[in-house]
Amino acid sequence: MSLPLLSLVIWLPIFGAVAVLSLGEHRPVMVRRVAFGIAAATFILSLPLFTGFDSTSYAMQFVEDAPWIPTFGIRYSLGVDGISAPLILLTTLSTILVVLAGWESIQYRVSQYMAAFLVMEGVMNGAFAAMDAILFYVFWEGMLIPMFLIIGIWGGPRRIYATIKFFLYTFLGSVFMLVALIYLGYLTGSFNILKIQALDHLGLTAQVLIFIAFMLAFAVKVPMWPVHTWLPDAHVEAPTGGSVILAAIMLKMGGYGFLRLSLPITPDGSQLLSGLMIALSLIAVVYIGFVALVQQDMKKLIAYSSISHMGFVTLGTFAAFTALSMGSHNAAVLGVEGGVVQMVSHGFISGAMFLCVGVLYDRVHSRLISDYGGVANTMPIFATLMVLFAMANSGLPGTSGFVGEFMVILGAFQANVWYAFWAATSLILGAAYTLWMVKRVVFGPIGNDHVAALSDINNREFVILGVLALFVLLLGLWPAPLVDMMRESVSHLVDQIGHSKL
Amino acid sequence: MTFEMLKLAAASPEILVLAGACAILMVDVFKSQQGEGRALTYWLSLLVLLVGGWMTFSGFGENVGPALNGHFVKDALGDLLKIFIYLTAFTTFVYSRDYLQDRGLLKGEFFVLGLFAVLGMLVMVSAGSFLMLFLGLELLSLPLYAMVALDRDSGVATEAAMKYFVMGAIASGMLLYGMSMLYGATGSLDLLRVSEAVHRVMAGKAGQEQLVLIFGTIFIVVGVAFKLGAVPFHMWVPDVYQGSPTAVTLFLGTAPKLAAFAMLIRLLVGTLEPLVGQWQQMLAILAVLSMAIGNVVAISQTNLKRMLGYSTIAHVGFLLLGVLAGNPQGYGAALFYAITYSLMALGSFGMILLLSRVGFEADRIEDFKGLNDRSPWFAAMMAILMFSMAGVPPFVGFWAKWEVLRAVVNTGQMWIAIVAVGFSVIGAWYYLRVIWYMYFEKPYDTAPLVPAVDMGVMMSANGLALFYLGVFPSSLMAVCLMVWGVR
Repeated sequence: MSLPLLSLVIWLPIFGAVAVLSLGEHRPVMVRRVAFGIAAATFILSLPLFTGFDSTSYAMQFVEDAPWIPTFGIRYSLGVDGISAPLILLTTLSTILVVLAGWESIQYRVSQYMAAFLVMEGVMNGAFAAMDAILFYVFWEGMLIPMFLIIGIWGGPRRIYATIKFFLYTFLGSVFMLVALIYLGYLTGSFNILKIQALDHLGLTAQVLIFIAFMLAFAVKVPMWPVHTWLPDAHVEAPTGGSVILAAIMLKMGGYGFLRLSLPITPDGSQLLSGLMIALSLIAVVYIGFVALVQQDMKKLIAYSSISHMGFVTLGTFAAFTALSMGSHNAAVLGVEGGVVQMVSHGFISGAMFLCVGVLYDRVHSRLISDYGGVANTMPIFATLMVLFAMANSGLPGTSGFVGEFMVILGAFQANVWYAFWAATSLILGAAYTLWMVKRVVFGPIGNDHVAALSDINNREFVILGVLALFVLLLGLWPAPLVDMMRESVSHLVDQIGHSKL
Repeated sequence: MTFEMLKLAAASPEILVLAGACAILMVDVFKSQQGEGRALTYWLSLLVLLVGGWMTFSGFGENVGPALNGHFVKDALGDLLKIFIYLTAFTTFVYSRDYLQDRGLLKGEFFVLGLFAVLGMLVMVSAGSFLMLFLGLELLSLPLYAMVALDRDSGVATEAAMKYFVMGAIASGMLLYGMSMLYGATGSLDLLRVSEAVHRVMAGKAGQEQLVLIFGTIFIVVGVAFKLGAVPFHMWVPDVYQGSPTAVTLFLGTAPKLAAFAMLIRLLVGTLEPLVGQWQQMLAILAVLSMAIGNVVAISQTNLKRMLGYSTIAHVGFLLLGVLAGNPQGYGAALFYAITYSLMALGSFGMILLLSRVGFEADRIEDFKGLNDRSPWFAAMMAILMFSMAGVPPFVGFWAKWEVLRAVVNTGQMWIAIVAVGFSVIGAWYYLRVIWYMYFEKPYDTAPLVPAVDMGVMMSANGLALFYLGVFPSSLMAVCLMVWGVR
């Protein structure tokens, strides 16, 4: 019997958070070191999820199962497949970077800050690993508490408005999912997600209603247009670390939810509403791309760019239905795979972009584009990295941003040329808003005295951004390990959604 | 009738509480203890509750059948509720002492009246006849009216007591009227016999007798709804909660809810089950209105006690969902809800007591501003309480909601589940506001918070219990279902 790895990556950070809290507020240096140690240990523990992963099987791996609430048949069952394993790795990696990013900029209540992020990490890992619907829901909702506090305590001037909006929006979305899960549990006689997925017969009305209940939860998290409005507020007001976790991981929860619950459980309902979902995704890609173009605030710009990029995830996911109806299994797989790659890649890129803004904000205390100009003159190393991330954000070949978008566009192209056409405009818009921002912030003559007084990034910041740059390039040049890892799982998923339950 | 047939042993904890209350009354009168915080009265009261609780616990689930000529029932359901009544009353006394001391209200009356009220609740929970039920109800209510007016110089307290008394009298009247109709239709006061008669009548043809039963049921439901504070019979709740001294609010907001729940179960489920089709609809209306009014009106409150009053109303609505599911799973869910709610209410009012000091009531939501800076530990406890009330996992309030939702979804009443979760989102807002004030605002005064040791320990145990039950709800859930014979 090997180590219960999934339990460890869930509970080590959570108990670690308790340890960090118990150190108190008067030993910030110690707190930071311990928090870093726990985050690093969790990351190392999560590595076997990649190295020991059997990519020839779609079955759940690293499975753990124990009774939790026997009265209602709720079990503590965990497991990962090729879709969730990369997301757990993304989570454990991001948490290290976030702990490092808050090293100096957070001076107020350091132990609570670090503990909140560690709890967050454990809970997010739990949501990705949960194989029991109610366990999933507990993690899914539990996630709101640390993020609510992170934005509310360490956020910007309008943090209270932003954090309450964030909480209520996501809470509203999730509660209907709870009702749907209870109903499915009643039909199945079990809350095991695999058993619920294997439910043989489910009427179309029930499927559509369940799909809508799920959609409310996941669309808010992704976020899809028009329920995206909490995101720019939350991102702008959150501290850098909060923005990074929001963008890199929490948004992926929505995409993951669609893949894990909506599609396999309600294939016919999803099929019926896939047109709507594709339309919403394309609106997100195009319209939100335009909205990003006019932003004055860097964080807001990246937030909108996140929404636009997440549109690719949902597009790839739901274009699979069109592709399947035209008999192209491969195109469907390609689209879904592209969606997952896009999720991982967006995790790196948007996290990096927010960290870049964080670096500037720590020095100048402004997020407005107009307060900068010519940063490259005083911060050459930083400028190099930021330009790299900006290129990745606009989908330059050779970076990870290109791979996911290209796969989605390819998949969508075989489904319907127009999907691909509208999705491809993002490559133009993305380049426009990102590069224009970079031009105004990084290049040109030195804008003002603040910029003139800037010092380049220190070693700590260099490590954070350097690691992300490495992954952005690695995934861009050699995406094969990631794609291979998920191939069987995605292919199985496409089989599942092609199998009608009527 | 021999003495053995009375089976007095079944009621031994009640007899102990009665004797204890009388003895403490005497001790308090003859032992002047003004100086030492009424230590003797305080500890003796706690001891009585402790021993009573232990006696109930050690005899848990022994079904001795109807005792005292059928007036008294001892069963697992009753024992479970009684244990939590002892527990909440015990905690209430611990939380209240310093508050009452600071305000010169630490009189023997508080403890004696409290013990008599506990006795009333115990009798209600174990009632086997209409007579006993009413006796218990009045024995509970009268001490409560007096306790609300404990601070006799306070205008609001007197007003609250008056309102509570008048409303309580109306409720009792309704209940009595309903009982008399049932008596008229069935010819018995014994709940078992009434139940048999109701079964017989409802199995027969529709007619005059059924009509009388239905009318009786309506009055019973109205009476119980008054006591629980369900909309539209909720008007007394906010005023009484706000007007009473906080220690009394704490007392009347927790344990009596368990007793009222027992009354609801004994009457509607135990006796009037054949009329489930009728009372189910009545409860559905009560439940939806309670969740709506409770949650929406709570939003605009600035007084925490009043806000928690409205939140009680909303919680009662949720609790009724379990009952209206109309099956043992649902009753078990409602029982779990009632118990966990009483624990949450206990903690929430307890926090107000913990923050208060001489000349400072701490009953405005603003008074919680910056609590995290003053005492991170107690801020965390309050945050647990509030998240639990809002129904956010991993706290026990989530499981309470989850279980009643499951009960209504499984009986096909999907629409009511959707309404319920919708209102619980609205409800989340005002609980979040408390957390917002505690964590995101700066404190008015930075005086560190140093509660008495027993209170601090109890408060921490209370908060952590909600957390523990949130992570491991299984055993309590199983017990709540077991008393209904569901395994």
